[in-house]
Amino acid sequence: MAEPLLALRDLSKRFGGLTVTHALSLDLHAGEIHAVIGPNGAGKTTLINLISGTLAPDAGHVRFAGTDVTRWSLQRRARAGLARSFQITSVLERFTARENVALAVQARSGSSFRFLRPVARETGLNAAAEAELAAVGLGDRAAIPAARLSHGEKRQLELAMVLATAPRLLVLDEPLAGAGPEETARLVALLRGLRGRFGVLLVEHDMDAVFALADRISVLVDGRLVVTGDAATVRAHPEVRSAYLGDDALA
Amino acid sequence: MPPESPLRRWKLAGATRRVGTCGAPRMRPPLREKALPVLVLAVLAAAPFLGFGDGFALTLLARGMILGMAAIGLALLVGGAGLASLGHAATLGIGAYAVASLDAVGIDRAGIVFPVAIAAAALFAAVTGAVSLRTSGVHFIMITLAFGQMAFFTAASLSTLGGDDGYTLYARTTLFGARLLQDRLAFHFVCLGLLAAVWLLCSAVLDSRFGRVLQAARDNPLRVRALGFSPYPYRLVACTLAGGIGGLAGALLANATEFVSPATLAWTRSGELLFMVILGGVGRLYGGLLGALAFVLLEEWLSHLMTYWRLAFGPLLILAVLFLPGGLAGLRRRDG
Amino acid sequence: MTSTLLLVQVLNGLQFGVLLFLVSAGLTLVFGVMDFINLAHGVQYMLGAYLAASIGTALGSFWAGLVLALPASLAIGLALEWLVFRHLYDRDHLSQVLATFGVILTLDEATRALWGSAPLNVPQPAGLSGGIMLTSSLGYPAWRLAIIAAGLLVAPLLWWLVERTRSGMLVRAGSTHRAIVSALGVDIGRLFALVFAIGAMLAGFAGALAGPVYAVAPGMGDTVLILAFVVIVIGGVGSIRGAIIASLLVGLVDTLGRALLPDLLRLALAPAAARQTGAALASMLVYVAMAGFLCLRPAGLFPVRRA
Repeated sequence: MAEPLLALRDLSKRFGGLTVTHALSLDLHAGEIHAVIGPNGAGKTTLINLISGTLAPDAGHVRFAGTDVTRWSLQRRARAGLARSFQITSVLERFTARENVALAVQARSGSSFRFLRPVARETGLNAAAEAELAAVGLGDRAAIPAARLSHGEKRQLELAMVLATAPRLLVLDEPLAGAGPEETARLVALLRGLRGRFGVLLVEHDMDAVFALADRISVLVDGRLVVTGDAATVRAHPEVRSAYLGDDALA
Repeated sequence: MPPESPLRRWKLAGATRRVGTCGAPRMRPPLREKALPVLVLAVLAAAPFLGFGDGFALTLLARGMILGMAAIGLALLVGGAGLASLGHAATLGIGAYAVASLDAVGIDRAGIVFPVAIAAAALFAAVTGAVSLRTSGVHFIMITLAFGQMAFFTAASLSTLGGDDGYTLYARTTLFGARLLQDRLAFHFVCLGLLAAVWLLCSAVLDSRFGRVLQAARDNPLRVRALGFSPYPYRLVACTLAGGIGGLAGALLANATEFVSPATLAWTRSGELLFMVILGGVGRLYGGLLGALAFVLLEEWLSHLMTYWRLAFGPLLILAVLFLPGGLAGLRRRDG
Repeated sequence: MTSTLLLVQVLNGLQFGVLLFLVSAGLTLVFGVMDFINLAHGVQYMLGAYLAASIGTALGSFWAGLVLALPASLAIGLALEWLVFRHLYDRDHLSQVLATFGVILTLDEATRALWGSAPLNVPQPAGLSGGIMLTSSLGYPAWRLAIIAAGLLVAPLLWWLVERTRSGMLVRAGSTHRAIVSALGVDIGRLFALVFAIGAMLAGFAGALAGPVYAVAPGMGDTVLILAFVVIVIGGVGSIRGAIIASLLVGLVDTLGRALLPDLLRLALAPAAARQTGAALASMLVYVAMAGFLCLRPAGLFPVRRA
């Protein structure tokens, strides 16, 4: 079997005396949507921070596309194609939607140490940005400042920014959090379109969305992986039923 | 309340209790508005022919333009990059002292003096910036203050250049073999031309790819890193650029007064420069110019009215901070 | 340099350190507890010196001036807090820097208007104006020793007040747990004003003590203010213990640097060059230390734990 796109080996992280990630190992393959679920405080966001390079682990390794990236910074991993979104939407509020995505395009196309040419008139950047916006359904919102977009639209915008960096792996921290039913439906359709094109690590609380989208699901409880498998395996796992899902959630 | 949320970036990390301004944030980075600054530059160009052509007025305007230049550079740092330096006068002083040291060895050609002044100040800004940028928020204010003080005491100890007492130039810098800077009107237009050039350069830089990353890193450094940019080199280049501009302004200042002293580098001068930027409006590049002109004119006017003019100036400064959070440039849009 | 001269410089350094501590104590509490950066704190030091000198001259007694300068400084601190500072607590640090910079300009100028630009004549402390023989050949001004003694008294008292008493606990808790402290029925606004006023009084006390030693002149607070910032950065923002250690350190390093560096450099340089470089390096030493701490240990020697 080919080397996984992302391989975590015995990853551990402590905050003071509290261990939030226990010797965690996980593989994610190219083209796969791999969901990580777990109750609040299970260490999901910490896991995302460790994978993306926002936090450094105390022990263990992160391998990305065959390279050990454990000591790499967030920005270096991002340049290598490991893109993340944030649980609390993180866009540049004072920039327009187009400028937000154009900044992401800029990150992967040419030097950014160019000082005199107006970036707003770089047709290449703008065209690429508008294409990404159209792809997430924000085609007609390009000129709107991000601060004026609705919550769901900001979610879409952040996704467009993540995609515009030409990533190989997307690490998405609760992309549906706070979105209304209509926005959720649109975002789920968007995420479904990612399958096969990117590796996706998806942390999400919306179980319907997780079971609809994920190829494989890992369950995280108290910083440990309890089980990894397809939807049926996870649903059937007794410890999952008691620890997290509750019987009615599976009905 | 202030639209300039970058002000908030200067808070210590973790000091979260002070969040939330009322009112919507300004939607577009307003640094690109061009009409008002062009008008100000036009007025400065016309001023000598509108009854402000005497030596006194020209001296005053030159001072305003030179400090305006330095303030625009600082505005690039404060407004564009979100970095509040309390040591910017050091670059001004290094530019001025470059003129003095070259003067002392008999070099007065602009072709040498100005590049040396700019390079020396830019180098200082780059080296101190490389260290200072490891800190953030209020620590950045403090460390730039410390570097400013180091430069001040160095200047005060240069006994060949007069030490504490300062140094009087033998002659103004020569341009194309002529003492072009000697003629007040010519000097006026040299300053104006350089001021316009500095403003255009800084505007272009903010509008460029580089400027977009710089401003994005000011607003949301984590997001910018997650896109693959490291904010540090962008900020360092901004520091260096602002430093070079400070050096240019310092060289002009030395020529304007034909005198250089450690007072040019005093920390109070750094405070004044920072105040000019805030008074003008931190969200706009030309706010630095507006602030500098307002500052110089107000200073002059008050000192004619009363002996102890700072008794009025100080409270005005306090009131401006308390009641004009958007600065002078923000006055136009109080409706929003 | 002989060992007796070295002893004199060490004592000078300690004495300067004590003054720095009295100024830094208020600054570090206000900065650490209220997250308020107050450039105008040095002005309190200057005003203390002026008040003590003029009251002392008017009443013909240095001691009367010293004692009356304390409540006067306290009152000025309260007035400034009420007029200006309390409107800045919720603003960003840059606004605080600029507004308090405006306070400096105003009060420095007011001092010039009231007392003139020339240094002020200060009455000598009766009974302590002479020298004390430390060894058979070495005399040292008694007043400078008294300053050191005053610092040795105030420092532990202040530490006890902030670290060990209920009021001190409330002040420290007030910075991070405003809501809880308010719920205890404590008026946070009044508590902060009190901290402010006490800080102002300590700085005024330092100024009054400094009067007979240094020139009492407009702007005398600026140098002390910046050194006080060096002290709180090195000592750790908000830490009284850090302020004690760091101010003595800064006082010693600054004084000994100025005394010793030119001589040390003479070993390697020509006398004139040594004097010039030595003076420049000595003035810079503490700022180099501050920059180093900010980069390598930004929390200072004694970081204050925030829950």
